[in-house]
Amino acid sequence: MNVQYLKTDFLVVGGGTAGTMAGIKAKQASPDSDVLILEKANIRRSGAIAMGMDGVNTAVIPGNSTPEQYVREITIANDGIVNQKAVYETGRLGFEVIQELESWGVKFQKDHEGNYDLKQVHRVGKYVLPMPEGKDLKKILARQVKRHKVNVTNRVMATRVMVQNGRVTGAVGLDVRNGDMVVIQAKAVVLCTGACGRLGLPASGYLYGTYENPTNAGDGYSMAYHAGAELTNIECFQINPLIKDYNGPACAYVASPFGAYTANAEGHRFINCDYWSGQMMLEVYKELHSGKGPVHLKMYHLDDDTINEIETILWDNERPSRGRFHAGRGESYSTHGVEMNISEIGLCSGHSASGVWVNERAETTVSGLYAAGDMASVPHNYMIGAFVYGRIAGENAMDYVRDLEHVEPDHEFLAAEQARIYAPLQRPDGVPHTQIEYKLRRLVNDYLQPPKSPNNLDIGLQKFVAYEDTLNLMGAQDPHELMRCMEVHFIRDCAEMAARASLFRKETRWGLYHYRLDYPEKNNEEWFCHVNLKKGKAGHMELFKRAVEPYIVDVDLVEEVYDVAVR
Amino acid sequence: MALTTQRVDVPVIVDESKCLEKCVACIEVCPLDVLVKNPDTGKAYMKYDECWFCLPCEKECPTGAITVQIPFLLR
Repeated sequence: MNVQYLKTDFLVVGGGTAGTMAGIKAKQASPDSDVLILEKANIRRSGAIAMGMDGVNTAVIPGNSTPEQYVREITIANDGIVNQKAVYETGRLGFEVIQELESWGVKFQKDHEGNYDLKQVHRVGKYVLPMPEGKDLKKILARQVKRHKVNVTNRVMATRVMVQNGRVTGAVGLDVRNGDMVVIQAKAVVLCTGACGRLGLPASGYLYGTYENPTNAGDGYSMAYHAGAELTNIECFQINPLIKDYNGPACAYVASPFGAYTANAEGHRFINCDYWSGQMMLEVYKELHSGKGPVHLKMYHLDDDTINEIETILWDNERPSRGRFHAGRGESYSTHGVEMNISEIGLCSGHSASGVWVNERAETTVSGLYAAGDMASVPHNYMIGAFVYGRIAGENAMDYVRDLEHVEPDHEFLAAEQARIYAPLQRPDGVPHTQIEYKLRRLVNDYLQPPKSPNNLDIGLQKFVAYEDTLNLMGAQDPHELMRCMEVHFIRDCAEMAARASLFRKETRWGLYHYRLDYPEKNNEEWFCHVNLKKGKAGHMELFKRAVEPYIVDVDLVEEVYDVAVR
Repeated sequence: MALTTQRVDVPVIVDESKCLEKCVACIEVCPLDVLVKNPDTGKAYMKYDECWFCLPCEKECPTGAITVQIPFLLR
């Protein structure tokens, strides 16, 4: 086994939406600095938007909405538990991001007068801006990365962040093709590794049949935790209404502005807003348990031209294999509703609020460590939020590194990490990672899928803790399998965090996302706060309350309750 | 530990008559890194059953040699 040593001023872990932008913005801020993107796949087609995106969901465009209105809507949608200053930045800087993307050749939908053609999907306000030609977004970003002379190392997966004397000093990775250990010294690091999309097991039983790109296994959640950073709102799971079996978006964000809507088996509406929230998911859950299910995205009442337009968007972008999935079953939007189901759980602040704690400067609680994108704790941040926080992290990191020097790696730490990474290769006939992962994620479904019962959570927690030993049975026969083994470590860490955070918050909040059967009501007196967690001094997970920062936009949460049920 | 090898119906189908021996376009863009070359034939095949049916391999193949099916369990 070889060890490669690399040095950079600023290391970007994960070259998806946030990571490519972080790299570009760092180079714009400091052209003479060395910036390196580390990517476990290939930045040309990696991350959540590997096959592009059909629209942006949090576009605050002057003349249509204001950052204050956006902050208000997200505050209400997330039951008040937000750092408003962080949400505000997404509203404030999103328009500049859109303009810059346009200058790079990304096309956004405009009306015949040349104005942005915004659509209403949220409960109040128009923040959805279609980009029907968004299929090559990732290729455009990759081109800009090259143009800005950001260095890229593909096919290396980070496994740990290096921290010395309370400061980030780099990261360790695994070359997933040749098996080299890669040690990167860096003065600052941003983690942008996406969601934990491989936490629960999809109902299909296929490990990689997930909503999120399955490369996003919670890497950053686990690495931030082991680096000593705080994580927050982990009990606020990501659960989505998805195409049954296919497990991708149906997708009401695209289709509802054309007149589609979510309906029960009788064809009736039961929610008045298709925007994804825990409250909306609870209504889906109730409908499925009412005898009026299954639920579906209803488009068969629309005319052929409209359906063709929707098909063109949905079968070209984001998850283009949707078309062949429906065709394979002999179904079409004009003859059948798209049957939907409640997904398995994940962690993702891009859609809900579970993430690594960051402030409005994208700083985690560890000096020199930043986080951005789906894994950073800015709620409901979606793709625009990932771009905005990639930018903020890149710009702030270049300020931070200015007078810093590299630090020689701690060789004891490296030796321990080397032993951890390569252990499965010593057991080529050990239990395959597929079986170890399947069982772990099946246990996540059994014990963590809401509604949450305290005894189940407790059993789950014990099993996830005991699973540390099970991981030692895992065997690998090549570097590719070793990558998957390390991902199972990430998933186990996330499962333990999810169980502990769910046990800690003794109330119900965010609709289905944290529906506690033993505490079925919201309790603002005791629980109007974040639940944060971090690795304590003894190496155990510590949980604690963190106060919600004072609001910068007034919201009356007693008066304005997020309710999307049709009654 | 005793192991066995199971047969699996894989989603990525490669038409070997069209697959170019010196081309690695599909291998380079696969997010899950599941495609490799058969060292004997120089043709690409799906080595690991870890497919997100996301289609970059199919879209970026210069000769149209690749067809991605929805994985059997989801079909």
